[in-house]
Amino acid sequence: MSKSLLIKNGFVIDPANKINGKVNVYAIDGKIADVGKIDKQADTVIDAAGKLVVPGLIDIHVHFREPGDEEEETIASGSAAAVAGGFTSVVCMPNTEPAIDEATSVEYIHRMGRQTRKTHVYVMGAITKGRAGEQLAEMGFMVQAGAIGFTDDGSGVQNPAMMLRALKYASMFKNIVISQHCQDNSLAGTGVMNSGYNSTILGLPGIDPLAEEMMLWRDIQLVRKTNMRYHVQHVSTARSVELIRQAKKEGLPITCEVAPHHLLLTDDACCDYDTNYKVNPPLRTEADIKAIKQAIKDGIIDALASDHAPHLKSEKELEFLAAPFGIASLECALGLYIKALIEPKIIDWPQLVSIMAEKPAKIISVDKGTLGKGKQADITIIDPDYEYTVDVNKFHSKSKNCPYNGWKLKGKVEYTIVGGEIRYSAQEN
Amino acid sequence: MRLLNRVLVDILSTTVSDFWNTGLSKNMEVLLSSDKIADCITALADEIVLKTSKGDKIAVIGIRSRGEILAKRISDILSKKLKTKIPCGTLDITLYRDDINNPHGDSQPIVRSTEIGFDIDDKIIILVDDVLYTGRSIRAAMDALIDLGRPKAIRLAVLVERAGRELPIAADFAGLKIDLPAEKNVQVNFVESDGKDRVIAI
Amino acid sequence: MNKKQIIWKHKHLIGLRDFSREEIEYILDTAHGFEEVSTRNIKKAPTLRGKVVVNLFFEDSTRTRNSFTLAANRLSADVIEFTEKVSSTSKGETLLDTARNLEAMGIDIVVIRHSAGGAPKFLSRNINACVVNAGDGCCEHPTQGLLDVYTIRKIKDSLEGLKIAIVGDIAHSRVARSDIYAMTKLGAEVILVGPPTLMPAKVEQLPVKVSYSLDDVIGQLDVINMLRIQFERMGVNPFPSVKEYSHYFGLTVDRMKKAKKDILVMHPGPINRGLEMESEVADGPNSVILRQVTNGLAVRMAVLFLVNQGAMMQDKKERLEGQ
Repeated sequence: MSKSLLIKNGFVIDPANKINGKVNVYAIDGKIADVGKIDKQADTVIDAAGKLVVPGLIDIHVHFREPGDEEEETIASGSAAAVAGGFTSVVCMPNTEPAIDEATSVEYIHRMGRQTRKTHVYVMGAITKGRAGEQLAEMGFMVQAGAIGFTDDGSGVQNPAMMLRALKYASMFKNIVISQHCQDNSLAGTGVMNSGYNSTILGLPGIDPLAEEMMLWRDIQLVRKTNMRYHVQHVSTARSVELIRQAKKEGLPITCEVAPHHLLLTDDACCDYDTNYKVNPPLRTEADIKAIKQAIKDGIIDALASDHAPHLKSEKELEFLAAPFGIASLECALGLYIKALIEPKIIDWPQLVSIMAEKPAKIISVDKGTLGKGKQADITIIDPDYEYTVDVNKFHSKSKNCPYNGWKLKGKVEYTIVGGEIRYSAQEN
Repeated sequence: MRLLNRVLVDILSTTVSDFWNTGLSKNMEVLLSSDKIADCITALADEIVLKTSKGDKIAVIGIRSRGEILAKRISDILSKKLKTKIPCGTLDITLYRDDINNPHGDSQPIVRSTEIGFDIDDKIIILVDDVLYTGRSIRAAMDALIDLGRPKAIRLAVLVERAGRELPIAADFAGLKIDLPAEKNVQVNFVESDGKDRVIAI
Repeated sequence: MNKKQIIWKHKHLIGLRDFSREEIEYILDTAHGFEEVSTRNIKKAPTLRGKVVVNLFFEDSTRTRNSFTLAANRLSADVIEFTEKVSSTSKGETLLDTARNLEAMGIDIVVIRHSAGGAPKFLSRNINACVVNAGDGCCEHPTQGLLDVYTIRKIKDSLEGLKIAIVGDIAHSRVARSDIYAMTKLGAEVILVGPPTLMPAKVEQLPVKVSYSLDDVIGQLDVINMLRIQFERMGVNPFPSVKEYSHYFGLTVDRMKKAKKDILVMHPGPINRGLEMESEVADGPNSVILRQVTNGLAVRMAVLFLVNQGAMMQDKKERLEGQ
């Protein structure tokens, strides 16, 4: 028994297939059957007049805290937040407690994701056992269990020899990416915010931009030697952007992502010691934001990723020095990107969809991010002009550590469709 | 309300006197002119001398800020009359005020320094203020004095003694005695602080 | 002393960076009035009778704590000493829990010393009592800054145009930061002296000059403030040895020969004798170190008095708005 879905009257943006116009989308059995001036009977018909119909959005950097910190977030609550934010696929980071560093954990995350039936949940495994940076984790078994890449996110792999070994070893697996939280701990020290005038004034230990840039520079040398596919997480400094630009020019297999807070907030935001602005990498300066936006315009940045990092109120209600790093922003990420990039006309909608769906899919080597015939019917329907106020109390996420609470944002997710099934609709929420 | 007026006189004296220097008001009444003030002060000093026995060690202490000026004048006259230097000091009562934790209006008390460069033990202290009204400033001043030592006696000398006491306090020496409606304020101006000597009721 | 009347509205003293020149001068003028209290036989005034001050010290500091305790006692306030260890994680009693518990007992003023920059500000946002910062991490130590400028002003009459060097570990010094704000706001020119490894990030954006050579600047100084080298705050060695540090940045008898005759030598204490300065200098005729301690008491009395006044102004405003 086949099930069909017709989305009509919407404005379809599918950069991979160069579609940018008013057409209808028809899906059968969870697969895209046709995109064009078609009109067919369907079990479900969505009138998307005045809305954008785009390939399901993909967030390649989220923290769902399971296993270990289920009071902050679970796969279930995180997945609900993801579809509310328009994301049909997410990639969970392995810095849980214990770390996701072997096949069973990877399978567990997948199983919880499937059971929740919201968004596709992918996993990056840890590069090293316990993310301790000393011994390689069983990458092969994790690949067999479906891990799409590896990272020690939360910290970078400090030892260059270790990192070289990881890149070399991982290169024997197909369609795998090694991803790095670039931060040299010896330079970052005990820092809790960007090192600069504000950290001096606030009397807080700073994280020098060099901490990120040094490790990135080092990794570029290692990538040149191994030619392994390498991804830079949450780029935060102007100099990092330059390093990536040069590496790409050289033809190295490097991709990178940017988080919304590194597009919208500077370290000025820390001046009231509000721990909701404590994030790692830290909020930088206007000049860094400018450079990152220019890089997005130039196509240097491959993906936007929220780095959704939920924390309990009780954990954030501490001294700035003691509170954990992280911002929960999965549910308002789309609006934040629109505010940062579309409203000031840095890029247009097809470009935004490209770095929120098409290119992220390529980084994690999944056959998604387009509305091509035969592809899985992961679709997000957006009302681009609808303005709303961010209200953390309406979040599906378990955590409310979101500095954007009260912000007015445009771009409302109307429907999130995963495998041809409506998994989120604004009317029901 | 009367207390409030008294406090306002203390606090706003500078501003108010500036205002009075620039213009005259219909409901202003001069209680003492410059000449009369001089007469009163001399009379006060005479009376103090009269009531002083031989062997008494006298010192004059004025309450900031108008009492300070008055005390200086009285001690100068006393020094001449008694042919010995009569010590003179200034007492800041802000820390002892009973309304310190209950501010009035938009004003705040300013803490200034107490400057008494002599030992008050076993002396007869002539405590000097410009106006005696509710008696609350004098209560505060006596507490402040006791914290400084143990004088043989404290006597109170004021330029204007106005009816309306709220505490069992009386002046030993007074220049002008007067009863005014509660809404009136008594304002003492001195050359040293305000450019001219006069006492007015507003 | 010429005193301008301003209305004091602040119920917290978090940092001198937040205050204008007029406000700083007002605190100093007020402190002047409190000096006399400590010179009498009965060293007490009833001003804060019935008020409760809590000394919430999460870092050891006998001097500052004693100074605050004595200041509160001299104004007749009751003082609670709180020295319990508090967790810096969310497991166990947090700073916020502690403060709220104390507040439930009806306290009026919290004097807080904490190793985390921003802890006093965090507290002031979350409780109703007045908060006085007695030093927070590397951020500020406002009463030390105030007593430093008070001491200088008392001797030199004004800070206008004075050249003042602050020497040592600027990067980790809350005293340096409070001094910089207070001194520059009062018209002094501040020169930071120390090795580059002890300078904070973007030091060039502060309203100061920087020198890496004490010998180059010592001849022009009216005041020199020698900071304490705090080994516990530095983690990794920012200079090769104590001996080498003293050689370049110690205030020695020899170096003092190049200084102006009337230079004031200051130190926030406690001194590492032989490291920051030689004993002969610390105890010498130019040293005002003990006067700083004495003045600290008057300054802290003034601060306790003023924040209490500020709280009353705000309470009154809220009452009026509520009507």
